[in-house]
Amino acid sequence: MISDPPIFNSSPVLEGTDEDQLLRVSLGPQHPSTHGVFRMNVELDGETVVKLKPVFGYLHRNHEKIAETTGYLGSMPYTDRLDYICPLSNNWAYALSVEKLAGIEVPERAQHMRVILAELTRLVNHTAFMGFILADMGAWGSALMYAFREREKILDLFEDLTGARMMANFMRFGGCRNDFPDGWDARLRTLIDHYPHFLDEMEEFLLGNEILLARTRDVGALPKESLINGGVTGPMLRAAGVNHDLRKADPYGIYDRFSFRIPLGEVGDCYDRIMIRFLEMRESLGILKQAAAALPGGDFVNPKIKIRNFKPPVGESYARVEGPKGELGFYLVSDGGPNPYRYRVRPPSFINLTLLEDMCLGLDLADVVIILGSIDIVLGEVDR
Amino acid sequence: MNDATSSPKPPGKRWSLPGAGLLKGMAVTGRNLVGSFFTKERMTTVQYPEQRAPISPNFRNFPFLVHDGDDPDAGLRCVACSICEKECPPQCIYIVLERDAEGKSLKRPKIFDIDVSVCMNCGICAEVCPFDAIYMDGEYELSTGDRFEGLLFHKERLAKSADYHMRLRPKEATQVMERRKAEEEKKAAAAAAKAAKAKAVKDADANPTASANPKPEGGEA
Repeated sequence: MISDPPIFNSSPVLEGTDEDQLLRVSLGPQHPSTHGVFRMNVELDGETVVKLKPVFGYLHRNHEKIAETTGYLGSMPYTDRLDYICPLSNNWAYALSVEKLAGIEVPERAQHMRVILAELTRLVNHTAFMGFILADMGAWGSALMYAFREREKILDLFEDLTGARMMANFMRFGGCRNDFPDGWDARLRTLIDHYPHFLDEMEEFLLGNEILLARTRDVGALPKESLINGGVTGPMLRAAGVNHDLRKADPYGIYDRFSFRIPLGEVGDCYDRIMIRFLEMRESLGILKQAAAALPGGDFVNPKIKIRNFKPPVGESYARVEGPKGELGFYLVSDGGPNPYRYRVRPPSFINLTLLEDMCLGLDLADVVIILGSIDIVLGEVDR
Repeated sequence: MNDATSSPKPPGKRWSLPGAGLLKGMAVTGRNLVGSFFTKERMTTVQYPEQRAPISPNFRNFPFLVHDGDDPDAGLRCVACSICEKECPPQCIYIVLERDAEGKSLKRPKIFDIDVSVCMNCGICAEVCPFDAIYMDGEYELSTGDRFEGLLFHKERLAKSADYHMRLRPKEATQVMERRKAEEEKKAAAAAAKAAKAKAVKDADANPTASANPKPEGGEA
């Protein structure tokens, strides 16, 4: 039997603290480079965090309401701006939901292209995460630059394919917008072959580092039950040893054809979360290799789909993908018109963030930043 | 479910010689520092205003209008159908159709404005245009001191020649050219056929006896 996780208890401060002696600190809202405009109101007893209240909404852009007043295709570029580190996963989740709603078939080539792009996106996200988490720990500079140097190589591929480094707007209902340009496959294979060198170098650079070990071991771990009850998904959940990955648990696209493993952690502390992402990148490279080898010819988009005047039948659908940060889902209700009647995003960043206070209570102030970094949030997705 | 999850585990506690991990990390830093002088792999930045990285042919920024021929106003392919205006997600396009004195459509835009401070470079306008009239540009040095009028592009500024499109994206432009040429030839052929038919009818009208009794003597033979 799973007991109530601490998130539902309304304990104002940690037991045994003198409320008159507390120091209130407002962390942020910071410069929107690493974790965006996010503010935490922290109450400290000495160095120890006894209360933490997140304040967000600074980046609220009314995404869901805009989507309800725009056509189905018009929402696609807006999904790029949810989690702007990995727009192609967002595109896929939205396209999947509309395809489910309208019953659209996706050609084989497009399916393979989507898997390739989603796994490249996972590499981009986890690589950027390595840089950000080190920057959070105070290692500003080298680690972030090494990570971004590699990320840029993948973004170059994205730019050649989609026209933009980040705001791809690439998936369409029933496929993708355009085919791989000439020579793109060869460049992809070169990248897949070279990426493990970077991962080896990064592991050598980081994982034996005594400072990193001291800062991340046994920091921010929560019991599995709390994570499950809090709705946490993605690498955060798997770091605690819960075997839940939608690519296996609820396969979408053609993931059931590839062989790959789901890395699992043991403790669920920040160190496990970093390690999980390293291991996931290696698995992603394996999937990329298989998908690139199996890439068939044919259509990159279902030829029956028209771009303009797209009206799905009346109904509702929910489709989800295993995004790099966790379960990303789109819920759509259609009344048969050109706009969705209701459009709802299930953002992994936002839901993973809800347990932040529980992870931070009783730890030092310096740990809060690392824990926030290890959750891997993007404020574009949290605030929407 | 979950048959293939033989979970690679993170390595356990491996406390080795104190400081060994740090030194190893610094060796990596040193390798990158020294390597950046010798290999292009490790030195990826360019000194921007003096040097420029090549731009991908697919790179898209803001839209432009294509005109055929030398006159940017008369040669505009745009027929002011307003499809892009309707489909544009942030609604940054404003089009007014040009009409003659009787109010008949002249099939060209009187006003075609794009507010590039609103445009989000998605490329949907270029995708939905059935007349090959609007494409995404690759120009990126657009900063201006005037944030209202300077960022509102009018028809004159948006119009660029078909040659520019050809230089920007040769592959796409060639395809478009070939398609347009084929369509024009088809149209010309249709027009020629129509004209020939009309001419035949006209000839018949002008020479009724000939057409009514073609080769009367032939019938006898």
